[in-house]
Amino acid sequence: MVPELPPRPDKHQAISDTAAGGSAVDQGGHHHEQPTGLLRWLLTTNHKEIGTLYMLFALLMFFIGGTMALIVRAELFQPGMTFVVPEFFNQMTTMHGLIMVFGAIMPAFVGLANWLIPVQIGAPDMALPRLNNFSFWLLPVSFTILLSTLFMEGGGPNFGWTFYAPLSTTYGPPSTSFFILAMHLAGISSILGAINIIATILNLRTPNMRLMDMPLFVWTWLITAFLLIAVMPVLAGVITMMLLDINFGTSFFDAAGGGDPVLFQHLFWFFGHPEVYIMILPAFGIVSAIVPTFARKRLFGYASMVYATASIALLSFVVWAHHMFTVGLPLTAQLFFMYSTMLIAVPTGVKVFNWIATLFRGSISFELPMLFSLAFIVQFTIGGLSGVMLAIAPVDFQYHDTYFVVAHFHYVLVPGAVFAILAAAYYWLPKWSGVYPNVKLGLAHFWLSVIGVNLTFFPMHFSGLAGMPRRIPDYALQFADFNMLSSIGGFLFGISQLLFVAVIVLCIRKKGEKAPAQAWEGAEGLEWQLPSPAPLHTFDTPPEFIPERDSPSRH
Amino acid sequence: MNAQQRERQQGVARTIRRTLLALVLMVGFTIALVPLYDVFCEVTGLNGKTSDTAQVVAGGDVDTSRKIEVQFVTRTSAGLPWRLASETHTIWVHPGEVALARFTFMNTGLEKTSGRAVPSVSPSEGARHFRKMECFCFQEQWLEAGERMEMPLVFQIDPQLPQGVNKLTLAYTLYPQGPVLGGTYEH
Repeated sequence: MVPELPPRPDKHQAISDTAAGGSAVDQGGHHHEQPTGLLRWLLTTNHKEIGTLYMLFALLMFFIGGTMALIVRAELFQPGMTFVVPEFFNQMTTMHGLIMVFGAIMPAFVGLANWLIPVQIGAPDMALPRLNNFSFWLLPVSFTILLSTLFMEGGGPNFGWTFYAPLSTTYGPPSTSFFILAMHLAGISSILGAINIIATILNLRTPNMRLMDMPLFVWTWLITAFLLIAVMPVLAGVITMMLLDINFGTSFFDAAGGGDPVLFQHLFWFFGHPEVYIMILPAFGIVSAIVPTFARKRLFGYASMVYATASIALLSFVVWAHHMFTVGLPLTAQLFFMYSTMLIAVPTGVKVFNWIATLFRGSISFELPMLFSLAFIVQFTIGGLSGVMLAIAPVDFQYHDTYFVVAHFHYVLVPGAVFAILAAAYYWLPKWSGVYPNVKLGLAHFWLSVIGVNLTFFPMHFSGLAGMPRRIPDYALQFADFNMLSSIGGFLFGISQLLFVAVIVLCIRKKGEKAPAQAWEGAEGLEWQLPSPAPLHTFDTPPEFIPERDSPSRH
Repeated sequence: MNAQQRERQQGVARTIRRTLLALVLMVGFTIALVPLYDVFCEVTGLNGKTSDTAQVVAGGDVDTSRKIEVQFVTRTSAGLPWRLASETHTIWVHPGEVALARFTFMNTGLEKTSGRAVPSVSPSEGARHFRKMECFCFQEQWLEAGERMEMPLVFQIDPQLPQGVNKLTLAYTLYPQGPVLGGTYEH
């Protein structure tokens, strides 16, 4: 995963930095001295190194957040207060959600974007390399602050990852202001990353590559970046209002002073719903790259994939209130949000059918990335269908805040987004490290993950429909069997992720079969023209791109 | 630096200017959302809030063909040792008729404290048709320890109330004013 440091000719470095638009780059030749050790990683402006940092950070957060999930599952293994106190349980559910959303899935996708977008569009680096470094290093600061709240008086955030006011303001722990600071930093990091990605994609494509010639991963990230620009300011606004309510006596969300708690939910979900698509659109891009490779066919319906992604992104702005059907919305509003939510199933269905059509009559082989991608398609569809069930306003009154919701969003996020990230890692690891990931370990990882994830989350559909509320440390006896299954599955899934770490370590140590430049037989795209492992500086001169020959949308 | 690279740099600068502009617009939009929501709620009654100032009696006929059931619900939020009770739980009124309900405030604590009753009407379609001529909810109340106080609510249901609405629930929640007793968070 970590690229070797090749010799760096000055000429190449100079070209690569200026071509990347680094007007701030000092031409005086400070490139002669390369920092080594930790400073190298602290000061790096190289998109591949920063991409690696992002992904390693996401992996670390995945394990921290996963450990918290296992504490939750351990408590829920049996009814009764068996393992932790309820106050700590609440902090674990909250921190698990916050860390997985903002610390694991989003940084993993940004890391993939850093590594892949420049090599997929033939650019020497990201458009703003120094900003890129800053975006990354904000994250460790942010999450150190967030994790430190667990050790503060009164404990860390305990109000759920959705931090509804006034639970998080009037009744929140004293550490809430630190939580707000951490969220601000993570939000700034996301915004800067998004600006960088947009600037890179719109300006640094190799000559002749039109927008409709870009790989779908680049397309989905372009749309995701626009979503980030649009909704991260809303998140920043919401948490700033919380900060004012807590510390400066305003009443944005406090009914006693004339505010409205429901306003919080409107603002939060105006951010929150596009946010959930921020966590899935790049996954669509990954699967759209992997499925054609191992079906040995071009992606079916390239243009419709682009339009479907854009439609999903646009629709995400008009569906937010389906998260709050039970707050007492007028009938017309409930109908509007119900139908607009169901409408999203159309472009999503277009995507799923396009993947299936790509598989149709393909020469399919089942390498590790393909296994994860196929599992993604099946399991994400399960999560999508339970989403359509939740969209039905009248029945949502039964499902609201039950384990059915937990089952739904974990199906789209774990066997959805996480499996896509794992598929991407297995697919591009040969390019990153120069060796193929270990197949035996990878197969064990895949099958244990599939079994574990379904054993964890499928029973939650039933406990939820039977009425088990989410975010509770204890439950009625009739839910005991489902919860025991979920807990066993959770530990199986969690522990099997250590196999993935073993795969990564082997790749970093170059233990394994050497990969050629074209690591997968059917793979298309500029990144496969580069040697494996990809050298630190690539495409200093833009590669040749002939749309009739190279475009994924060619006929 | 050749021409192509210069062109790219200008392109990057242009893109960044535009994305920053979009960012500033979204920040402005977020700030605007709060007053927009208030206006939207005032027009539609979406959040069940009624007007926070006294309204004059609307003239016109009393619509004796309809009878509306008005329920009163009261509750006290944490941090205020008060009780709020309504004399009657339900009254029936014709739209257009001026009606009176009495509420009793009681401070069960040991200190003089202030509180305010915040009203909310459901279903929210009825909120802007619930007109109040006199209400204790327009200002905060001060009660000595153990003091009892009876306060009137004079109201009128607007005859424009949508046909489908036959029952209105008016909920009063008592909130402490000023510093909350005992802190906001129990360790």
